[in-house]
Amino acid sequence: MNWLKHLLSRRRLYRELSEEIQAHLDEKVEELVANGMSAKEAMQSARREFGNLSLIEENSREVWRWPSVEDFLLEIRHGLRALRHNPVFTAVALVTIAIGIAANTAVFSVVNSVLLKPLDYPRAEELVALHQVAPGAEGLADFENGLLLSPSMYLTYSEHNRTFQSLGVWITGTANVTGLGEPEQVRTVAVSDGVLQALSIPPKVGRWLLQADQAPRGPERVMLSYGYWQRRFGGSPAVVGRDVIIDSRPREIIGVMPKGFQFVDADFDAIVPLAFDRSNVILAGFGYHGIARLKPDATIAAANADLARMLPIWMDSWSNGPGSNPHIYETWRITPMIRSLKQEVIGNVGELLWVVMGTIGMVMLIACANVTNLLLVRVEARRQELAVRTALGASWVRIVRGLLVESVMLGLIGGVAGGGLAYAAVRFLLAIGPSNLPRINEIAIDARTLGFTLILSVLSGLLFGLIPALKYSRPGAGLALQSVGRTISASRERHRARNMLVVGQVATALVLLVSAGLMIRTFAALQKVDPGFTDPQHLQAMRISIPQSMIAEPEQVTRIQNEIVDKLTGISGVQSAGFVSGMTMEGIDTAWNNIYAQDKTYAQDTIPALRMFKYVSPGFLKTAGARLVAGRELTWTEVYGLRPVAMISENLAREMWGAPEAALGKQITEFPPMPWHEVIGVVQDTRERGLQEKAPEIVYWPSLMENLYGPGPLGAVRTMTFVIRSERAGTEAFLNEVRQAVWSVNSDLPLASVRTMQEVYDKSVARTSFTLTMLGIAAAMALVLGIIGIYGVISYTMSQRQREIGIRLALGAQFGAVLQMVLRQGTQLVLLGVAIGTGAALGLTRLMTSLLYGVTAHDPLTFVAVAALLILVGILACYIPARRAILVDPIAALRYE
Amino acid sequence: MKSPARRDLFPGALEMMILRMLKRQPMHGYALVQQIKRTSNDLLQIEEGSLYPALQRLLREELVKAEWGVSSTNRRVRIYKLTAAGAKHLEREVSSFERMLEGITRVLATEES
Repeated sequence: MNWLKHLLSRRRLYRELSEEIQAHLDEKVEELVANGMSAKEAMQSARREFGNLSLIEENSREVWRWPSVEDFLLEIRHGLRALRHNPVFTAVALVTIAIGIAANTAVFSVVNSVLLKPLDYPRAEELVALHQVAPGAEGLADFENGLLLSPSMYLTYSEHNRTFQSLGVWITGTANVTGLGEPEQVRTVAVSDGVLQALSIPPKVGRWLLQADQAPRGPERVMLSYGYWQRRFGGSPAVVGRDVIIDSRPREIIGVMPKGFQFVDADFDAIVPLAFDRSNVILAGFGYHGIARLKPDATIAAANADLARMLPIWMDSWSNGPGSNPHIYETWRITPMIRSLKQEVIGNVGELLWVVMGTIGMVMLIACANVTNLLLVRVEARRQELAVRTALGASWVRIVRGLLVESVMLGLIGGVAGGGLAYAAVRFLLAIGPSNLPRINEIAIDARTLGFTLILSVLSGLLFGLIPALKYSRPGAGLALQSVGRTISASRERHRARNMLVVGQVATALVLLVSAGLMIRTFAALQKVDPGFTDPQHLQAMRISIPQSMIAEPEQVTRIQNEIVDKLTGISGVQSAGFVSGMTMEGIDTAWNNIYAQDKTYAQDTIPALRMFKYVSPGFLKTAGARLVAGRELTWTEVYGLRPVAMISENLAREMWGAPEAALGKQITEFPPMPWHEVIGVVQDTRERGLQEKAPEIVYWPSLMENLYGPGPLGAVRTMTFVIRSERAGTEAFLNEVRQAVWSVNSDLPLASVRTMQEVYDKSVARTSFTLTMLGIAAAMALVLGIIGIYGVISYTMSQRQREIGIRLALGAQFGAVLQMVLRQGTQLVLLGVAIGTGAALGLTRLMTSLLYGVTAHDPLTFVAVAALLILVGILACYIPARRAILVDPIAALRYE
Repeated sequence: MKSPARRDLFPGALEMMILRMLKRQPMHGYALVQQIKRTSNDLLQIEEGSLYPALQRLLREELVKAEWGVSSTNRRVRIYKLTAAGAKHLEREVSSFERMLEGITRVLATEES
């Protein structure tokens, strides 16, 4: 701790030292004067014999220092001073770095929060989603969800498994809450036993749903989300034990989940028990998400094997009713593919985010290259200063260290500014980001992000400082003292580093521009896709649900729905209205099942492919703007008359009968004991899952049919999306009239998911437009930085060759010839960059294949257009400084210096 | 860091001489220089100032200690005194120096063949 004592008493030590040395000199002078010297001579003589006063004082002080740290602080002071003395250079470099770092920090904070951070559950690594695939069940298991679980599967899995601590299934839905002011539709999660136990987040007040709450005919209970509890009950703990009317039936509130609790990726207001009735459970009904917590020593592979082992048990334990063959599911080839819950939540957004991160990283590289260029020019300009310092005895290690400290300082200051900017950038990202980005509430700049910013700042500082420093440290740098100031013999070698940087910048810019170009082509291709509805801005959509407990009789349900349509049509400015069980691109899972045609034969024990089922009202297709390719739309007479009719999609018609017209009059059914339905219309293909997804084959049934679901001879679909075609769609006044119209039919009916189809459409293309925006911004930055890079190098070279050009012109060279000569140099660099960039882009764009639509990753048009653009812009960036250089009067150029 | 003494002294020589002088009696910086010069019959070219970094090092290692006092010429000066550690250090340095000198002398004394 001696050094600490020294550090504290240092001021006194230094003062005493100065005093002592002064006393020494005084004494010497006095003695010399006493020996007969003049005062002035004595002073000089004393100084001479003493030696270099300031050096000696400095060396004496140095004894007390902590050398490495103090030298370092000194370097930093020098570095800061050097930066202050070059405000333009510093400002340009700092802005470049700050923007680069801000962009990278912002994107990293999203990557970190969405992809890297564990989910917010205790021991989240044990949580898994019971994902399974079924290649033999085309349609049903086609999409990202794979084959969901059926209630019987859940029961088998939960009773026979060996690898899980707890296991359950869940499904999202909506429910109407009445009796608390205006009727409201709330988002629900229905859970089986085992789900809350797996998530392991204790309730804030009250208790969890327990096994007793899952009894099919027991008392009905509900848990609330923190947000809903605050909104509707003011956060009062007294709600526990109170009843709330959900879907016209009282449910007892037993608990509230804590603030910040996320149910996997679902937003919810209430959690209700699924309460499966074992006596009604059959094999089918694959609609439930499985979730489980692995035993601490169990691996995902072991769990997969465990599920696979239980599948035969499942088929042997349950049935689909008398006469059905439970082993039919063997043809589905059901395969468990358990994934971590985190992977389930993140979904396919990981790829998108990594592409964006990579893109922004490339922009950072280009920014670093530009700053390196600036630093190289500065080192060039400071050669004389550095040479003088070397001559005065500074070691090159010290000078290189000084240069590196300076550039790292630049990186750090840029990093601080960039970190600040990143807060704004994150907000911007969230604003333009896809609204269905998972874990969006968790996105924040945390310690890890700040650490990333720090490392990025230091690394980029080292990166752009290293090349000038290494260049300087090359042997022979000391000779600079002689050659500097004379620019006639500027060596080719002196430009090599900068030329390489320009080539690198052009190549990187090309990669980014090609990526952006491919996204533009994707976006354009998506714009041309016909989604299955027209003019979405003037198409209002909303969901209305009529629960069993409110209206029991199916035909009555249809009559109320019909009445709502009539009232809606009566609103001024409404052209037509209709309803459907799930609107195109709305993200609502409607039913899937087999379809049999009367004129086809089916081999024993095979089942035909699964088709998407939609239930529609007359007038729906006309309202949505879905084209009828053949035949006609359903009528109300047919609905109420329970006439066995149906419509099918064009792709289904072509698959089964070759042409849309050929399908008319054909008979189809869900399974043969049910009545055959005549195909009366063929509807254009619709992009149910978004523009990029293939249109599924669809059967459109009347919304009221015999033997649809459940008990009773009649069935009506109770939850419908109503669509209204009106110029006034989306306006507040219009929505008020819509609400009044619905409530004039039944005042207990809430409206949910009220939006125009434009919003649905935008959400569907959000992923593409976000990628496009991000790549567009990155490519624009890369282009601008690249141009600045080329321009800077060429204008610097020009200023160096001013004299040579002057001589050439004085000797009678033509302007054109000189210009051409100069341009050749720049063009070579650009062409080399384009060639390298094209090679890199051919490899890299393959990584974004899944983001593309209607264009290949090697689209020649994009590649050629981008290359041409870069070459053109590059030549222009050479031309301007070159032209300026040769227009200078040769005499002035020769006199220059 | 620059070498503490002039080039004709080896590192540590100046410190050794300072300690030896102080062993005889405590004195201040100026007197030290004059003593060394006089004792060496001006054979050693010592830059007067080079004494001070050496003194600071000795202070830091606590081989000497300093106190402000008044010199014979009635001047406020810092008087240096050998510490016990300094005396021990001097002994070690001198004996190792003597061994080195003897070695060098023997090598230099080899007859030419």
